[in-house]
Amino acid sequence: MNVNDVPQESNRTLDGQRKGVYARRADGRLALVPSQGWEVEEIVTRQAVEAFEALAAAARERARRGESSPLEYHMYRARMDLSLLAQASGLWRWRVRRHLKPQGFARLSPVLRQRYAETLGITCAQLETLD
Amino acid sequence: MSSMLRHYGLPLSEPMAFGLSSALAFAYLPFIKLSGLPLVSWRMPPKAILRGLQKPLGFTMRTETFRTPEKGAARLNELLDAGQVVGLQASVFWLPFIPPDFRFHFNAHNLLAYGRDASNDDYLISDPVLETAVRCPAADLTRARFARGVLAPKGLLYYPANPPRAPEWKTALPAAIKKTTRIMLHTPVPLIGVKGMLWLARAVERLPVAADAQATKLHIGHLVRMQEEIGTGGGGFRFLYAAFLEEAASLAQRPALAELAAELVEIGDGWRAFALAAARMIRDRDPLDPARLAQCLRAQAARERTFFAALIRAVCE
Repeated sequence: MNVNDVPQESNRTLDGQRKGVYARRADGRLALVPSQGWEVEEIVTRQAVEAFEALAAAARERARRGESSPLEYHMYRARMDLSLLAQASGLWRWRVRRHLKPQGFARLSPVLRQRYAETLGITCAQLETLD
Repeated sequence: MSSMLRHYGLPLSEPMAFGLSSALAFAYLPFIKLSGLPLVSWRMPPKAILRGLQKPLGFTMRTETFRTPEKGAARLNELLDAGQVVGLQASVFWLPFIPPDFRFHFNAHNLLAYGRDASNDDYLISDPVLETAVRCPAADLTRARFARGVLAPKGLLYYPANPPRAPEWKTALPAAIKKTTRIMLHTPVPLIGVKGMLWLARAVERLPVAADAQATKLHIGHLVRMQEEIGTGGGGFRFLYAAFLEEAASLAQRPALAELAAELVEIGDGWRAFALAAARMIRDRDPLDPARLAQCLRAQAARERTFFAALIRAVCE
């Protein structure tokens, strides 16, 4: 890649930051060149973010209808999935799966509620709600 | 890494630190899942990079992990107060200074703490992803260092136990390059090196097109993210290693390496072409065609096989 080919496509996922890319200068040596981002990176990053957003939105709808627990919504909102939430909270997957259902969630003890809230980086009160 | 060594009195460029530790690699590890998708890496794990620098630079890197966050935070404070610069492993998700779109649960992120503001407990951080130094509240950093899950950092911190010294370039460089070619060409496991690329190509080829296009798109998007967004330089670290070869050519007086660097830049461009092709398919600008991507991977594997074979010849002469 030559210096002039370093993409400067103001990738909005970078949030105004720049990242370094090694490219060939006019004298033929490689050097670190700041890049404002590449569209390809923006596409794949947004894709991954949007995948979680879609999962969260669907889970929220289900929770509104009473088919799922708010925990599922908060799990996807924290960009986690079942296995990661289980590992991060230190609970077994089957227990987490149970808590993703409304009945299981309703039976949660305050201690476990606290544990989930901490794992997800929110407060206990937030865990109960859908926003 | 490079800035850490500089602090301890050894000016070493980033490409040099990367190349000298034989950090370039390729690994396809389908049994390690990151949100359900396989781990693919274009370099060695961070710990291997730390270890790889010890021998050529003649120093010991002390690494510590902790049972509890309290102990980890206390030890970090102790080291920083003693004036050490400390490397840390942390999860990207809990670091407030990372752009929100990048915050995924990726635990193998490395950064450098070089001080502490006693008045409000902020840490002074230098992060390879960012151009400038930042501050990070103590609670957030501790949380990121003790994130659980795949590749959990367990509060890993590292610092040199004795000062590093300049290496014997004439022997250290060929040894490091040889090790990289060995990893790329002769690892007995088919998931590592050039063989790993072929294995990945086979897996990509088998992705469904009609049945579950969305999942396939997520999969190839994940590959591109692992390639372009982890670490510096892009092109799966190939440009970074090319810069190393260029530097090595003059230090070890082997001009052949500079020519090979030019070839590696072209291979890096090939990786970027792969990323571009994948991104176009994700956005439906081109029809989704995993077979074409697999072919692209196979072509890259063939080029890298020729390249590393030439590299070992150039070093052994």
